[in-house]
Amino acid sequence: MIRLDSLTKVFDTQKGAVVAADHINMEVPSGEICILLGPSGCGKTTTLKMINRIVRPTSGKVFIDGEDTTGMDTQTLRRNIGYVIQQIGLFPNMTIEENITAVPRLLGWDKAKYRERARELMAMIALEPDAFLKRYPSELSGGQQQRIGVARALAADPPVMLMDEPFGAIDPINRAVIQDEFLKMQQALKKTIMFVSHDIDEAIKMGDRIAVFREGKLVQYSSPDDLLADPKDSFVESFLGSDRALKRLNLVKAREIATRDIGTVSPEDSLEKALAMSDDFGYETAILMVNDQQQPAGMVMRSVAQTTKGYCRDHFQNVPAMVGLDDDLRTVASLMLAHDITWLPCIDDQGRVCGQVTQRALTHHLGSRFRAQQGNPMSTAPISEE
Amino acid sequence: MELILYTLANFELLFTRTLEHIALVGVAVGIATLTGVPIGIAITKNERLARNVLYIASIIVTIPSIALFGIMIPVLSIFGHGIGYVPAVIAVLLYSQLPIIRNTYTAINNVNPALREAARGIGMSPNQRLRLVEIPLAIPVIMAGVRTAVVLNIGVMAIAAYIGAGGLGTFISRGISQSDPRQLIVGAVAVSVLAIIVDFSLLALQKRLTPRGMERDASMA
Repeated sequence: MIRLDSLTKVFDTQKGAVVAADHINMEVPSGEICILLGPSGCGKTTTLKMINRIVRPTSGKVFIDGEDTTGMDTQTLRRNIGYVIQQIGLFPNMTIEENITAVPRLLGWDKAKYRERARELMAMIALEPDAFLKRYPSELSGGQQQRIGVARALAADPPVMLMDEPFGAIDPINRAVIQDEFLKMQQALKKTIMFVSHDIDEAIKMGDRIAVFREGKLVQYSSPDDLLADPKDSFVESFLGSDRALKRLNLVKAREIATRDIGTVSPEDSLEKALAMSDDFGYETAILMVNDQQQPAGMVMRSVAQTTKGYCRDHFQNVPAMVGLDDDLRTVASLMLAHDITWLPCIDDQGRVCGQVTQRALTHHLGSRFRAQQGNPMSTAPISEE
Repeated sequence: MELILYTLANFELLFTRTLEHIALVGVAVGIATLTGVPIGIAITKNERLARNVLYIASIIVTIPSIALFGIMIPVLSIFGHGIGYVPAVIAVLLYSQLPIIRNTYTAINNVNPALREAARGIGMSPNQRLRLVEIPLAIPVIMAGVRTAVVLNIGVMAIAAYIGAGGLGTFISRGISQSDPRQLIVGAVAVSVLAIIVDFSLLALQKRLTPRGMERDASMA
């Protein structure tokens, strides 16, 4: 757990005092990732760096796992906090092994223990220990270097990690891969992480919580879904972008909007029955045909059913698309657009049809939070200029 | 032809003088490194101090060596070392300060701020940062400063023959006083050749001292 209590930083510049962080109060529960988000100069990085005293706080306190860090020795404090920076900062004069084991060596671990740990860490970040440990940072690609940077921060197994735009300098494709890897690691490691980003998409993807900063103040602190659905003021709203409803697509799973009332036919049913079922369930173009294990077998087109006599088993087409219950709504929406359809069959882990997702349900779900605000004077109140 | 005969006839003397020359410059630059590097590191903590120190070191280099020897004769005579080895070493020591201090200062100051922040962030103390990160990274540039000092002072040391310090300068000073072009040319050529050879040897040493992971950067220094 990280708790910031009235944390404040005032920089004295030639133009006078600048308040970079103004009485920041927040708490990150153990095992969660909190993204500090905001435009440049909003105080997010300053706030992060006050936690490990790279920037010395003007006033206020930092608690880690309930303990006030104010009295702690700076070096001890830092050795117990993992730190990852955008520029990676691997020491070019040290091998990968020396870089990764830097903190354990500072902590005085014995050689056998830290060498073992180095191999463990390499396995964790999916780099072959024998191939990499003896090499130097300059021999690695940017993505590999940043993985090593993360491994170095994790070396002494600190409970808390600070990450300052850690994936900002990596190309978009590799960035997505590293983000996924990191989230997977985090599921097992359960570190308490503060993560600075200026990328709203990264924040939504990585964060359990998002703290939006503006001009040194913490403006809003909530879960990604709440943030997107209910931005506190027009600054947050504009920062999130006009497509914020679309961004929620990533956060919601098909499971949450799927309904069980899917109409299906079996191969033995007549086309007449298929047409009747289509009408009952309101399918405008086709109805799903399933086999006796409830697995999707094909689509019976309404146009065919209207003009032909016979059985479904002789008149079906391939199923254009399906979604799993754990697919996100972005996948759902994308499939609907790609295949020009308004509903998708939903299948469970065993590949059985268990319901459907309709375009109506999708738009209804995404819009429900927005509509709930309408008529609520609080949500449309202008930003209070402090 | 005459020169070659002269060289062969005096080979042993030439060899002795060369060793003397190397020993003089070696001792002086050696001591200068031991003082210059710590000074160079120390002044990175204070910009104003750094400006003043570098200013003084620059002024020293502008003093002609003959004048510097002249100043030292009365001062060092008090201790009975007005001429010879001691003033020669002191002069070279003083001249070496600028390249060594300046290169050390620049190298430590130019260590990538991201590396410095990473080193702080993982909990290195200021001394550990210096020892484990900053000095290893600064080595190529510091060594380049030492090389400059050595090459510069191989020339200066030739003049120290006038105050009886020995070395290859003796050939030159005798050549002038005895109007003997052979000695003059042999001395001058020997000094130049020595400077070139030493420069290359130190370059090789610099490459060996450069941390392995930085070899690519070092070639640019």
